[in-house]
Amino acid sequence: MKFKLFNRKIFTLLKVQYSNMLEYRVEIALWALSGIIPFFMLNIWTTNNLNESINISDVMLSRYFLCAFFVRQFSVVWVVFSFEEDSLMGKVSPYLIQPLNPFFRYFAQHLAEQITRFPFALIIAFFFFIFNPESIWIPNLSILLLSIVSTFLSFLIQFLIQSIVACLCFWTEKASSIERLLFIPTLFLSGLLAPVVSFPAFVKSWIYLTPFPYLIDFPANLLSGNATNISGGLIMQILWIFLLFPLFRKIWSEGTKKYTAMGS
Amino acid sequence: MNLRKYLKVYKKFLHTSLASELEYKSNILIDLITAILSLIGSIFLLSIFFQNNGYIGGWKFEQALIIQGIYTILNGITNTWFNPNLTEIVKHIREGTLDFVLLKPIDSQFFISLKKINPSGFLEIMLGFFLLLLCIRINQINLSLSFLTLSLITIICSICILYSLWFFISTTTIWFVKTWNAIEVLRSFLYIGRFPLNSFSFSLRVFFSIFIPIAFITTIPSEVFLGLSQLWKILLEVTVATIFLMTSRKFWLFALKFYSSASS
Repeated sequence: MKFKLFNRKIFTLLKVQYSNMLEYRVEIALWALSGIIPFFMLNIWTTNNLNESINISDVMLSRYFLCAFFVRQFSVVWVVFSFEEDSLMGKVSPYLIQPLNPFFRYFAQHLAEQITRFPFALIIAFFFFIFNPESIWIPNLSILLLSIVSTFLSFLIQFLIQSIVACLCFWTEKASSIERLLFIPTLFLSGLLAPVVSFPAFVKSWIYLTPFPYLIDFPANLLSGNATNISGGLIMQILWIFLLFPLFRKIWSEGTKKYTAMGS
Repeated sequence: MNLRKYLKVYKKFLHTSLASELEYKSNILIDLITAILSLIGSIFLLSIFFQNNGYIGGWKFEQALIIQGIYTILNGITNTWFNPNLTEIVKHIREGTLDFVLLKPIDSQFFISLKKINPSGFLEIMLGFFLLLLCIRINQINLSLSFLTLSLITIICSICILYSLWFFISTTTIWFVKTWNAIEVLRSFLYIGRFPLNSFSFSLRVFFSIFIPIAFITTIPSEVFLGLSQLWKILLEVTVATIFLMTSRKFWLFALKFYSSASS
């Protein structure tokens, strides 16, 4: 009974957020477009023949960067910015009264946005294939499913990290600057700008212990068919989620105790 | 007389916005760390590119560092002036408070482009200058008066082009109301400015010199630093900067004709 009620809540939230997101189609199209940095990086790699030294062919590298683009598209998280605005405006107070953790609301918002974004990402991929027809490939079904799962896990990791940062709003007013700080290692170490294989050995020795390569590099390698340790990657993703979730629960319960609505 | 009035007004702007920004002192520290990490990250990325290659697009690693330095300065300027002010335009238009700006006996473009300041960008500008000084040492550049004037002129032109690009997009808010994401697209394109233009393929090079003149923004000043730039390129940059500034002014005045305040 309780489960059914919960299901209904989630479904309603998703429906509301999806229609909300559909209002902003142009916005989301532009946002999808702003994610094309991996293609510029690909251009640098192939124009200068840099990939010869890391033993990845042009075709495999272009597939890698296309997949990196896709994974990034479906793992973008901005919960800090929403939560900060809501908490500064005092909108969090009514959310706290509701019998549902407000982060479910943000979570539904992100999922709805991803659904809206999907066709635009496909259009960008279509143009990519027009310019690079030799890199067309069809991954087999099991790989496709696994990479969707791992992209979702990557999204979950980033959502949890950002939610933890967002909870810092209860103590400081501007948590988004901490998020901007955390974004820098995410940008450079996740494999969005260069595949992790190409990193120098002294970085590669410790990077696989951090969550970063599992955010983009691992799902992108999986989907594009580049060599990667599938079970190891998935296990690490799940491990990080199990590590971060209790931390979020803890900081959330501490934070809500500390919460005093703005202006009081 | 008129200039003196504007200088006096600007002093007041500085005073009020510095006072309000210094409320968040810890934020400034976090922003400094972010800027440093971001610079380290992009040098790390460059070092990956140069791992097995001596040259990229005809640039050596030490020479490419100059581009990073100039990019960091320009990024600092963007964060200090353009970003806080031009995001404010969006707010003015959405909430209809642009009315109050237009009623003031002062030029509206002056008011909305210089009203706010974000002091943490200063640190980034300083960081960029340090890197440039270091590059001057490494590349053994002789400092002479003509060199200094030329590099100053090109950097000022870059700032003008950058400002016009930002201002263009913000002006379109009058029609489209929400343009956050268009700014994100511009940001992602500007990211290209971190790398020498010659390291991209021919078609991208054409795109980035004609449609969005990012080529002019960092590559030409860096060439001036290395003493590689021909006179016609510098003259071209001055012309482009003038055209951009004038068009952005015309465009703003044109767009104001369509401004109909909020909810009317």
